[in-house]
Amino acid sequence: MNIVVCVKQIPDPANPYSLDPETHYLNRPHEQVLDDTDRYGVEVGLQLAAVDEGTVTLVSMGPAGNMQGVRQALAMGADKAIHIDDAGLKGSGALTTARILAAAIQQTGFDLVVAGTESTDGYTGVVPQQLAELLGVPALTFAKKVDVDGSTITINQQTATGYNVVTSELPAVVSVTAGVVEPRYPTFKGIMAAKSKPVETYSASDLGITDTSSGQSTVSVTDATEREAGEKIEDDGEGHLRIVEKLQELKVV
Amino acid sequence: MTQLPIYTEEHDLFRSTIRDFVSTELTPFVNEWDEDGEFPIEVYKKAGELGLFGIGFAEEYGGLGTHDPLLFCILSEELSRSSGGVSAGLFSNYIGGPPVQNAATDEVKAEILPGMLAGDIICALGITEPSGGSDVANLQTTARLDGDHYVVNGSKTFITSGMRADYISTAVRTGGPGAAGVSMLVIPSNLPGFSRTALKKMGWWASDTATLYFDDCRVPAKYLLGTENSGFKIIMENFNYERLFMIAGMVGASRVCFEEALAWAQDRETFGARLADHQVIRHKLVEMDRMINASHAWMEKLAWQVSQGDHVVAQLAECKVQSSLTLEFCAREAAQILGGASYLRGNPVERIYREVRVNAIGGGSEEIMRDLAARQLGI
Ligand SMILES: Cc1cc2nc3c(=O)[nH]c(=O)nc-3n(C[C@H](O)[C@H](O)[C@H](O)COP(=O)(O)OP(=O)(O)OC[C@H]3O[C@@H](n4cnc5c(N)ncnc54)[C@H](O)[C@@H]3O)c2cc1C
Repeated sequence: MNIVVCVKQIPDPANPYSLDPETHYLNRPHEQVLDDTDRYGVEVGLQLAAVDEGTVTLVSMGPAGNMQGVRQALAMGADKAIHIDDAGLKGSGALTTARILAAAIQQTGFDLVVAGTESTDGYTGVVPQQLAELLGVPALTFAKKVDVDGSTITINQQTATGYNVVTSELPAVVSVTAGVVEPRYPTFKGIMAAKSKPVETYSASDLGITDTSSGQSTVSVTDATEREAGEKIEDDGEGHLRIVEKLQELKVV
Repeated sequence: MTQLPIYTEEHDLFRSTIRDFVSTELTPFVNEWDEDGEFPIEVYKKAGELGLFGIGFAEEYGGLGTHDPLLFCILSEELSRSSGGVSAGLFSNYIGGPPVQNAATDEVKAEILPGMLAGDIICALGITEPSGGSDVANLQTTARLDGDHYVVNGSKTFITSGMRADYISTAVRTGGPGAAGVSMLVIPSNLPGFSRTALKKMGWWASDTATLYFDDCRVPAKYLLGTENSGFKIIMENFNYERLFMIAGMVGASRVCFEEALAWAQDRETFGARLADHQVIRHKLVEMDRMINASHAWMEKLAWQVSQGDHVVAQLAECKVQSSLTLEFCAREAAQILGGASYLRGNPVERIYREVRVNAIGGGSEEIMRDLAARQLGI
């Protein structure tokens, strides 16, 4: 099976993010890391590929930097990577991103595309669905379990109260939640091997896309309101009763 | 921050991978393991799966095939963020294993190394004896060839992982007095005539430490490492990497002390100001940072020199002294800054404080390191 996993390099969440004051774009340092949510997609891809000696191809869009994020995913065991780096794509909205990724995926060929549900820097959460539409295949979203049997894919789709069982024929796009699988650590050997794995780099025009306008602009950015301090309950011996009352007010008990 | 050009992308990936592994698989449990007096044996397996034992070992046995000393430093620095005991316990493979890789027959290598690298076999190094550890050339344990076996008599003490080791690379006397009569045997721990008892220690509780006894223990001659009476060289070759690992571990632990003290000093208030606003405390923190930066920079330089094949025995010995003095200072000052909190079990500074001495004594004491440097420098 030919599996494509979409991965994104993001600034290390351990360091505070900053936005360009004029464009409101996220400032991206040279060193970016693999988005944590993508580790789950890579693991799903690797596990499915292991069943029938399939291949896992990573597709990533964004400034290359030192490529540490993509190398991290290669070190986990992916076979190769396709990277789209184009200054014209700076500030792309979700739809432009999906169009670029779809073009790259179309070009390389696929049986299954795996993506996270949303990236941890942009949080739009619509790219997998747009990707499926552009590729003309079904989108199976919010999977907390993925099974492939022959040419049929079945997922448990996370819902607010439980899960739906959703199936479709391949090819398809699936978006996976954190917790779908336990992602492996890149092994030391994997890290050494990642250096020599093939990475193809394209611009938007290489993929036949000339209109890279994002179709959207960020008008203004407002700081999130700070969380209010919680209520302190002084325990005069009856504190536990206040806590029970509070929980009842919140309807959790 | 701009990195030194000696670091590559792989180094960064190694560091982030080990840091992830340490912070999820090790650090949350270190206090529990310290109180238990050992860490679960499965940790070896997890570390093996990651490839953590592979630096410097040949690919045919499952190793990484590279001997990069910087990788070694990164590994030790990051492991030291868990606990010295866990790090030392895992590291026994890196002092017990290299003599096998460097000097065992192919048959013995195939018996031990794949299992050790996978985390199924534990190796230890047995040099120190109850009669002394500094004066290695004077060791007393004997091995006498009898047919196709060596008959070993004597004992070893302070042996890290000694209670759980499956194989112990052991220094024995096969010849006359002095360094020229020393051989190395790798001894399986399931042989008749071998027994061991655990030692209770000031620190490194999570790492088991043992006294080993050999009473007419018959060891098949195939377990001789190299040739008879060539053991001293094998021992000395081992020390460079052991010292680099210890230096990196001390730098890492010193950094933990600094971070703990800084966070505390910025949060806690006394006499109407943050601790960090009192000049005495600010200066303590800067002194810690200054010493750590100096030790760290020297460590990086030495790792680079070792990777280039330079002979830096004296400098490694000096840097080991520099690093244990740094650790001693940082553990003390961090404890002062934390006050009573540093005296409570479960606090990293309390644990590191108890780990200072073994770093200043094990793997060559400060006195012996200075003596070695003096001789190497021709003073
Ligand atoms: C927790 C722990 C783990 C250890 N793990 C191992 C292990 O895995 N394998 C192993 O083989 N050993 C191990 N050791 C032993 C360690 O290497 C020795 O403790 C060390 O080499 C010192 O030897 P000694 O304790 O016998 O002290 P001695 O050699 O008796 O020395 C006592 C003191 O005298 C000083 N001294 C000795 N000679 C001189 C001199 N000529 N001039 C000035 N001062 C001198 C020393 O610095 C030391 O302070 C471990 C030790 C500890 C504490």
